[in-house]
Amino acid sequence: MERGEGVWKKVHPLLPELAAMIIGRSRSIDSPDTPDTPEHTMSNPTAMIYLDNAATTRCDPRVVEAMLPYFSEHFGNAGSRNHRFGWEAEDAIEKAREQCASLIGAQPKEVIFTSGATESNNLAIRGVANLYAKAPAGSPGRGHVITDIIEHKAVLDPCKRLQREGFDVTYLEPNADGIISREMVAAAMRPDTILVSVMWANNEIGTINEVPQIGALCHERDVILHTDATQWAGKMPVDVEADHIDLLSWSSHKIYGPKGVGGLYVRRRRPRVRLEALVDGGGQERGMRSGTQNVPGIVGFGKACELCAASGDAERQRLLALRNKLEAGLTSAMDVVQVNGHPTKRVPHIANISFGFVEGESLMMGIAEIACSSGSACTSASLEPSYVLKGLGVGDDLAHSSLRLSFGRWTTEAEVDHAIVSITAAVNHLRAMSPLYDLHKEGIDVSKIEWQQH
Amino acid sequence: MAYSDKVIDHYQHPRNVGAFGTSGEVKGRKDVGVGIVGAPECGDVMQLQIRVTPEGRIEDAKFKCFGCGSAIASSSLATEWIRGRTVDEALTIKNTQIVEELALPPVKIHCSVLAEDSIRAAIEDWKKKNPGATPASAMTAAPTAAPTAVPATTA
Repeated sequence: MERGEGVWKKVHPLLPELAAMIIGRSRSIDSPDTPDTPEHTMSNPTAMIYLDNAATTRCDPRVVEAMLPYFSEHFGNAGSRNHRFGWEAEDAIEKAREQCASLIGAQPKEVIFTSGATESNNLAIRGVANLYAKAPAGSPGRGHVITDIIEHKAVLDPCKRLQREGFDVTYLEPNADGIISREMVAAAMRPDTILVSVMWANNEIGTINEVPQIGALCHERDVILHTDATQWAGKMPVDVEADHIDLLSWSSHKIYGPKGVGGLYVRRRRPRVRLEALVDGGGQERGMRSGTQNVPGIVGFGKACELCAASGDAERQRLLALRNKLEAGLTSAMDVVQVNGHPTKRVPHIANISFGFVEGESLMMGIAEIACSSGSACTSASLEPSYVLKGLGVGDDLAHSSLRLSFGRWTTEAEVDHAIVSITAAVNHLRAMSPLYDLHKEGIDVSKIEWQQH
Repeated sequence: MAYSDKVIDHYQHPRNVGAFGTSGEVKGRKDVGVGIVGAPECGDVMQLQIRVTPEGRIEDAKFKCFGCGSAIASSSLATEWIRGRTVDEALTIKNTQIVEELALPPVKIHCSVLAEDSIRAAIEDWKKKNPGATPASAMTAAPTAAPTAVPATTA
């Protein structure tokens, strides 16, 4: 793949400057003399080690390259049906729709472009519930929805809204391994169940739910299945037919595409799934999502899907080896280190690890050169630890002590080696001043002490 | 959220980390007061141990802390401020002074509260062990070894 100056000049004389502005940091490090830098050895844009790829990923320069012509050159509105500018935009969107559909084994017409997975989740859940409601708005008994307590807020909050609007919602609770099984869903099914919404892989711990099995169950019972596949699609194989998916949300920026764009797969045959739109207007996206399409974003999302489909199994194996190395390195270096979630049924790019007797936010402070997330109260205003870890029955103390480390296309083995050394040093530094670690060494069970709550 | 330089300094170089003995050992020592506040479920536990003369002067202070960087810095700073002070002087330290010194943001104010509470709890424990003690007056001049960083405690 060519990444030299020439590519930009071919497109537009102004674009090299634009490109430099957009991906300036990587270009300044990637010497222009070596445009063929292999993907995985490409220089890190900063001195930081980025292990927060479950939060967002670096946009792939090849994606940026595909998007650039759609800002200032092919800037048309896909809704302009009677001139070249509009046709170009429409062609670009339809090509992207094919790329996105191909990633998940869908027909292009079944893909709706949105602003991201949050919107896709809202559209799927509220759109289905409102259209398939068993009683008119304002009355009770409008129908039943099944979801689970470790979903992302973008699923939980729309479900809470449905409850206020007269729907019943069952929130399944996983076992300690974090997995939502077909049996759990089957046990919660009712005659008035309309919709099941279960995420494919959990964003905090990476556990894999039994989505294809749950899909088969839903199709047996004429219930619609929605899955939030934000941490799955693009990383793991999807076949919406074989996996019995009716609605699938996914996001561009988690798979090396731009932010602000995502997709919702809406099944068109066996069964045809209908939705009530959340945004009304010009009738774009087959009336399910009005508003002028984000052409550059959609082009980038399409390219990102194409690249993910191409990287396939080799990339999964590479990420899995990195994760296994990190987990083995940390659990062998220290005592009371716990990998959260099922031991094997987890996506390869997410590791969630609790370090006993050490608070997560202070741990992150000790590894300032590593960007990652914590299950502790670090989410600014809230002092509650992760509801996902609590949902698994991980104690509050260990939930406060957790780090989520997530890998991506540019994560190297050297970075993982560095992370093992750095995290171990920080944990030891903090344990040396942890009163809880002292108690543990004295043989006192910290969880049995009656603490004076503050 | 960026940490202030002082918080980072206390985090990297915590002052007076440690203890005068295990929890069992210090229980029987009349010259040591222990304060443990917070709870692991809340993400903060502070342990402050003070060694006090019969006259009520805090000769030495040691802390251990499970908590965020601001909690560690607050307890580290507390030990600096109380060493060399009388127990009465130490009791005048307010959490707001800790907030100011470490430039803690509003979401971290509870860390400073915890540090103030740990001082009170440790002194209370010492007083309980020494019911007859007559703490030296706050007017007594502090020894030269006393930290100079202690702010005015007139508030």
